[in-house]
Amino acid sequence: MTFNELKKNIKKDFFGFKKIELALLGDSSTQLLAQAIRGSGYDKRLNIDVFDADYNQIDRLIMNVTSELYVHEPDYTVIFEASHKLLQKYNKMNEVERTTFAENQFDRICKLTNILQSKIKTKIIWFNFAEEDDRIFGNYGNKIQSSFIYQQRKLNFILTEYSISNKDFYICDISSIQNRLGRNLLFSPSIYISMDSVLSIDALPVVAESIVQTITAIQGQIKKCLILDLDNTVWGGVIGDDGLDKIQVGSLGIGKAFTEFQYWVKKLQQRGIIICVCSKNTESVAKEPFEKHPDMILRLNDFTVFKANWDNKVDNIKSIQQILNIGFDSMIFLDDNPFERNIVRESINDITVPELPKDPAEYLEYLYSLNLFETASYSTEDANRTEQYRIKSQIDAELTLFSNENDFLKSLNMLSDVQHFNSFTIPRVAQLSQRSNQFNLRTVRYSEEDIKRIVESNRYITFSFTLEDKHGDNGTICAIILEKRKPKELFIDTWFMSCRVIKRGMESFVLNIIVKYANKNGYQKLVGEYVPTDKNALVKDHFANLGFNQVDKFWELEISLYKNRDSFIKIKER
Amino acid sequence: MERNKIISELNEIFEDIIDEGPVSLSDVTTVRDVDGWDSLTNIQVVIAIEKHFHIRFLSEEIVTWKNVGDMIDCIIDRKEVK
Repeated sequence: MTFNELKKNIKKDFFGFKKIELALLGDSSTQLLAQAIRGSGYDKRLNIDVFDADYNQIDRLIMNVTSELYVHEPDYTVIFEASHKLLQKYNKMNEVERTTFAENQFDRICKLTNILQSKIKTKIIWFNFAEEDDRIFGNYGNKIQSSFIYQQRKLNFILTEYSISNKDFYICDISSIQNRLGRNLLFSPSIYISMDSVLSIDALPVVAESIVQTITAIQGQIKKCLILDLDNTVWGGVIGDDGLDKIQVGSLGIGKAFTEFQYWVKKLQQRGIIICVCSKNTESVAKEPFEKHPDMILRLNDFTVFKANWDNKVDNIKSIQQILNIGFDSMIFLDDNPFERNIVRESINDITVPELPKDPAEYLEYLYSLNLFETASYSTEDANRTEQYRIKSQIDAELTLFSNENDFLKSLNMLSDVQHFNSFTIPRVAQLSQRSNQFNLRTVRYSEEDIKRIVESNRYITFSFTLEDKHGDNGTICAIILEKRKPKELFIDTWFMSCRVIKRGMESFVLNIIVKYANKNGYQKLVGEYVPTDKNALVKDHFANLGFNQVDKFWELEISLYKNRDSFIKIKER
Repeated sequence: MERNKIISELNEIFEDIIDEGPVSLSDVTTVRDVDGWDSLTNIQVVIAIEKHFHIRFLSEEIVTWKNVGDMIDCIIDRKEVK
């Protein structure tokens, strides 16, 4: 995308797109970046309303609680302090002040974010600093604490550490963007002189896209699954023709490119991305390298679903989607064959199919440049996802063996640990809140900080549910937030569930628990709401199925008339 | 390079960048005569011209242009030096 194309996006119709309020504050000119962000949002179906603050007003806008910034109440506050301006501040200091420059700058940033976060609920995206070296000491600057390069790198690292501890503080990593694009592409002296912008026209789309990627990840648009072709994608050559000893993988020649590619996939798998295979091959032949080749990094148990057959790839990918029960828009398909890529792209609307370069040597650099796996959260449960989904696909296979679904559910010996949210479950609940799209009644996204506020407030009752069975433990898979909206009445603010545990009777079990609580505490009515999105049609009839009555746009359940619903899940005693 | 040819190429660049419909430039056209040509779009126009003609302007000469004629003089000058 060029900047001019993004500008043309701005004139298009944003109707039906998710509205996002964003404030952009900079100490250099940001007008063009504001346009680029709005235009870039269009491609992600986001209607980003950018409040482009007056130039160089960061401190005033944040410190003055009656400023336009607070009137605007942005969902996201993007703060872009340029390394050029940082250098100007540094220039004015004496030797002693320069030695503590990074700490002092960070103190100021910290103070500003504290004020901002105490006044409004906003996610902050703060630019780190694109490295700039005034070369006063040359390479020796690395050995001098007061040098600009030392202080700037230190400040970048302090910001990174700070973002770990401050959940709603995200980094726009312009330093990494500059590493990729190169200094000469990011920065254009003539544009800096003429309009005081530190970004060249060609850099604008890249920087804007990076901001929008962070936003879409926070909004829950993330990739969860990578589907791989095998021949000439995972290894060089064709296993069926060349045989085990002739395929290229390992440390020699082009094999090196495939080995490094496999390490990348392995790291994604360890991070919790589901890895699947979709290859036109005889299954036993396709599996052989994973079992027998000494140089393979990926092994069979790294894959959740392994489809190697002679059926068409579209049907295979559709069947993978059904097993995993995740949206096509969270799936990526990698194949070296342009023909297969096109068929998949044309037949499956939302799936991402990168246009892999012809030369496998370029695969990795190209994939890095796409930044396909942006995320807004990470927990250790992510890393276990391959295991959990493998259990699920095993269960799906077993289900076909039981003629009666109830017999099957009974045989699972399901147990659920029911808790009010606590410090152990909050991170996972927040994460599910960001990610659950299909089984999510109102799709209100809560961050970890939001959830903590809810737990501390006495307006809300919360429940989290785990589910384990004879196959293994799925961890926390469902969360409920009830709001005491009216006396004697509980409103179901949040009900979301992981799709891993669909069709297990979890809904009935959860409702039994809620009603039991309501009864015990003297509530008479439970009120639910279904807010439709592009993705949650699955739960359209959720409340009707559970015996709620529709009243206008809400669903109501009389506690006194409720009969406990059948469920094969037992409460896990602790 | 022929002046008329430059003008027709400039028309295309302006139409693409400013995106407010057809543009018909002449030597005496000024910023005021073209809808949407402002300080913000001007920098984009300048960069696009540099790319198109494979030339570089000096930061200080851009601000001395009074009309499209001055701009074209500068383009021709740079092309010849090359």
